[in-house]
Amino acid sequence: MLLLCLVFVLLGLILGYAAQHLKVQGDPIVEQIDALLPQTQCGQCKYPGCKPYAQAIAQGTADINQCPPGGEQTIEALANLLGIEAKPLNTEFGAIKAPTAAFIVEQDCIGCVKCIPPCPVDAILGASKQMHTVIATECTGCELCIAPCPVDCIIMVPIANKPSEWQWSAQHD
Amino acid sequence: MTKLAHFHGGLKLTAHTLSVPIIDSSLPEELIYPLLQRANHYAAPIIKLGERVLKGQMIATVNTPFAAPIHSASSGIVKAIEPRIIAHPSNLADDCIVIETDGLDAALASHSCFDYQQKSPEELRAKIHHAGIVGLGGATFPTATKLTTEQDIHTLIINGAECEPYISCDASLILQKAKEIVLGALILQYILQAKHCIIAIEENMPQAAQALKNAITHSIQLISVPAIYPTGGEKQLIQVLTGTKIPAKALPAEHGFICQNVGTAYAVYQAIIQGLPLTERIITLTGKGINQPQNIRTRIGTPIKHLIAQSGGYNKKVQRLIMGGSMMGIALSSDEIAVTKASNCLLALTGDELENKSTEMPCIRCGDCATVCPAELLPQQLYWYARSGQLEQCQDYQLFSCIECGCCDVVCPSHIPLVQQFRAAKGAIIIKEKQTAQANLAKIRFQNQQQRRAKEEQEQLAKAEKRKATIEKMKAASLAKKKSL
Repeated sequence: MLLLCLVFVLLGLILGYAAQHLKVQGDPIVEQIDALLPQTQCGQCKYPGCKPYAQAIAQGTADINQCPPGGEQTIEALANLLGIEAKPLNTEFGAIKAPTAAFIVEQDCIGCVKCIPPCPVDAILGASKQMHTVIATECTGCELCIAPCPVDCIIMVPIANKPSEWQWSAQHD
Repeated sequence: MTKLAHFHGGLKLTAHTLSVPIIDSSLPEELIYPLLQRANHYAAPIIKLGERVLKGQMIATVNTPFAAPIHSASSGIVKAIEPRIIAHPSNLADDCIVIETDGLDAALASHSCFDYQQKSPEELRAKIHHAGIVGLGGATFPTATKLTTEQDIHTLIINGAECEPYISCDASLILQKAKEIVLGALILQYILQAKHCIIAIEENMPQAAQALKNAITHSIQLISVPAIYPTGGEKQLIQVLTGTKIPAKALPAEHGFICQNVGTAYAVYQAIIQGLPLTERIITLTGKGINQPQNIRTRIGTPIKHLIAQSGGYNKKVQRLIMGGSMMGIALSSDEIAVTKASNCLLALTGDELENKSTEMPCIRCGDCATVCPAELLPQQLYWYARSGQLEQCQDYQLFSCIECGCCDVVCPSHIPLVQQFRAAKGAIIIKEKQTAQANLAKIRFQNQQQRRAKEEQEQLAKAEKRKATIEKMKAASLAKKKSL
């Protein structure tokens, strides 16, 4: 009897320790949804970033078809994860486009720094009255820098199809 | 005679070997050098537009051990650095250095060196790197990098087994330059401090075997291997010669072996003894679509159409131009493309030479593909997974061990383009990995920015509060002053 009581106390202690120290940080389903989103941070879904959109999906306040940069692939992956039917992209939130990156036409840039704060990934380099430029490899193509530019010197250029980035695809020759 | 082992699978293919001597190609008007070297490694130009370059002058350099410098193969003026279609399965254009030759063929002075044993292996490796030498069997891995290994190498294998049935550039090189190849092999052996050196050739090259026998020294062993495709593959050849099976993800060097192509051995001889960089290679021009099939010693950078013209041009039946062999080569969209260090063969195929690609039928699960697979994979199982987009299962079934030799395509009774499927699945996996990496980068940068901004905001709030407190203090002080007055 005493032994049994001791075992119970011990188990109770272990459970108590586990509840305190092995607590799951954050919401696992939000993390899983977030991992499937393209991380463009463009806000086209009407949420301020991919994580808030993931939270909204998890709470059931947003639909899974509000992410144009992710396109059908993302919708399908989300449907698979959540065990619901995939549906076509809601075009209210934007259309599917080929991936692009922002490019600053340097002759036209006046160095006003207005494009720097909107960039969600700090991909624009520049200082007041200095020419700005976009770090192409870090640009997510979110287009958030286009509107603030007073001289319209930022353009979106399609990502060039270079042989070094090219991969075989399933199309037969 | 040593007893030879066998590797799993493989095919006995009909050889289309040429027995004509090597001829030298004439000087083309233009030499074209793509800056893209291997995979995604680029060389950087070190010449200016309009500059005059000499034969053997380095025109592009590299800052990675996975690519080698480029040298001009003749003298002339740098006409352009512009996108041209390159020899790549994508058939896309990429930046190339274009040199307009001046016909003088003026060369840089070369420093010959007869006693290589006076130099340290490090010096010789550096020389090999500066000479731009890469594996000439087709994979173009930089030779100096391959020779830099911390492993103890016991056996150097000089690979003279042609990789594919149509290709005969290695055999013709052995016939003409056996002595030089043997000397190149000795230099490589000296650099690696390898105990054994084996030169391997195929059984169906008796003339080449004789030439090598006459040139060989006591420390080198000559072995003829059966002509079973793909014996020319590095791991397959090691297994045939020594019985050692190199695991899928391991490098031969980890097991004490290093393989070098005969062409590479010759290039090493030229670089060390003659002081010449790699600017030429031998290329097999063959196929029924060409009037005079032959082996040509050509300057790297020569446009293909120049070589075709020198081989009597195309005949009327030609249908497809392939760079590399019939099994693993890539279809080219144009003959303006230039010869690269990797180009071992040009095939101009006619309709009846092209394999029957007419109708793809359903898989009947006969298992012939698994029988012939030299990588010991289950192509049929991989095919089902690749077709249904189950990429994780593809990886579980070792998709990346596939060497794309094409044996399964040849034996498939249903004419399923299996290798095509495997390449597509590999491509899809690579693209997915890249996208995930990109997304993770963006996520981290976004999070960092948010944290930074929150911190800035807090600091500003704290500052404002401090200011408020100071103002309040001052107000209270002035009030107290007023009151006291």
